[in-house]
Amino acid sequence: MLQKQQLQAETIRRISGVNTRKCMKCGKCTATCPAHSEMDISPHRFVSMVENNEIDALMSSDSLWKCLSCFACVERCPRGVEPANLIEAVRVTAVRMQNRNRLLPENIPSLLNNKLPQQALVSAFRKYSK
Amino acid sequence: MTFDYYPGCTLKTKAKELDIHARSAAEALGIKLEELTDWQCCGAVYPMAKDEIATRLSSVRALAASRDNGRDLLTLCSACHHVIKRVNNDMQTDEEIRTKVNNYMSPETEYHGETKVVHYLEMLRDTIGFDTIRQRAVKPLTGKKIGAYYGCLLLRPNKVMAFDNPENPTVLEDFIRALGAEPVIYPYRNECCGGYISLENNELSAKKCDQITVSALENKADMLITACPLCMYNLDANTNSEHKTKLPIVYFTELLAQVLDI
Repeated sequence: MLQKQQLQAETIRRISGVNTRKCMKCGKCTATCPAHSEMDISPHRFVSMVENNEIDALMSSDSLWKCLSCFACVERCPRGVEPANLIEAVRVTAVRMQNRNRLLPENIPSLLNNKLPQQALVSAFRKYSK
Repeated sequence: MTFDYYPGCTLKTKAKELDIHARSAAEALGIKLEELTDWQCCGAVYPMAKDEIATRLSSVRALAASRDNGRDLLTLCSACHHVIKRVNNDMQTDEEIRTKVNNYMSPETEYHGETKVVHYLEMLRDTIGFDTIRQRAVKPLTGKKIGAYYGCLLLRPNKVMAFDNPENPTVLEDFIRALGAEPVIYPYRNECCGGYISLENNELSAKKCDQITVSALENKADMLITACPLCMYNLDANTNSEHKTKLPIVYFTELLAQVLDI
């Protein structure tokens, strides 16, 4: 089990392009995150948990679906760690697995309204499904 | 001057006002926008994972077509600009992505990020100049107090977007001054509206939008302007109705066309 998590963590570090060891644990990413109050695992913990190969907990974390990709944490990290890239890497690792799509086409009609821009649908599909 | 123009999916449907007024204002200011033939949706969010190749292709197709036309590529929607500019940066700087994309697409001439991606606001600022707009203002918005809502995608990450100062931007405020109005600086102008989260968690977007509108109202804004259809939607649909009636939100191109009296 540990070996599986280690392999997943290596993949996540590679496809995110993030060097988790640069983090100095100041917590600024979480402090500036507009969604952190909705998250079970906040952005600064993502960084240390990927560093420590604790991937199972991250893969089932609700935070994957709360990140807004606003890049506030990326812009404001004093060490250039880019936590959003890590959350994204875990999210794509999750949705690439079988039956992990969060947004299904059949659920779309009930979410539609007259003003909803196509941009919202396209973004959500890219973020929540494969 | 002629630009290749990438409108994107939403500007053809729910955000027609953003597009129509941009075209007419550009024409009035002597800029020709040639819509790129056969453009495809950019995907609306930048694929951050480095092993995502297919999701980068539509941007590269637009960029390569523009390179072949020998023109800069002009964008207007904040999301399209963000995605296309960042994918272009990948094609310039990431050898693995560049190789895989070119191998897959097999273009006649490999694409290495040669095209310059220009946002409409950058064109107004750098090609036309805000002084020219001030001189051309037929119906200036004298006395109007307008808040610029930048959102996230035009500004961050600054090392790639290089659009403006990411924490203290000025381009939209300079634009507002050129229209004869007074810009309102308020703290939440570059904080997130919730983006795509409104599809599954309206409450979170509503919280964010309320912070933005309250912040703008406290600083005495009469209206907000934006360049992003999703910010527009969230601020319209997810702001509590009491604030909304006090603070209309319009696309910046609508005001430009109005001031130029088109």
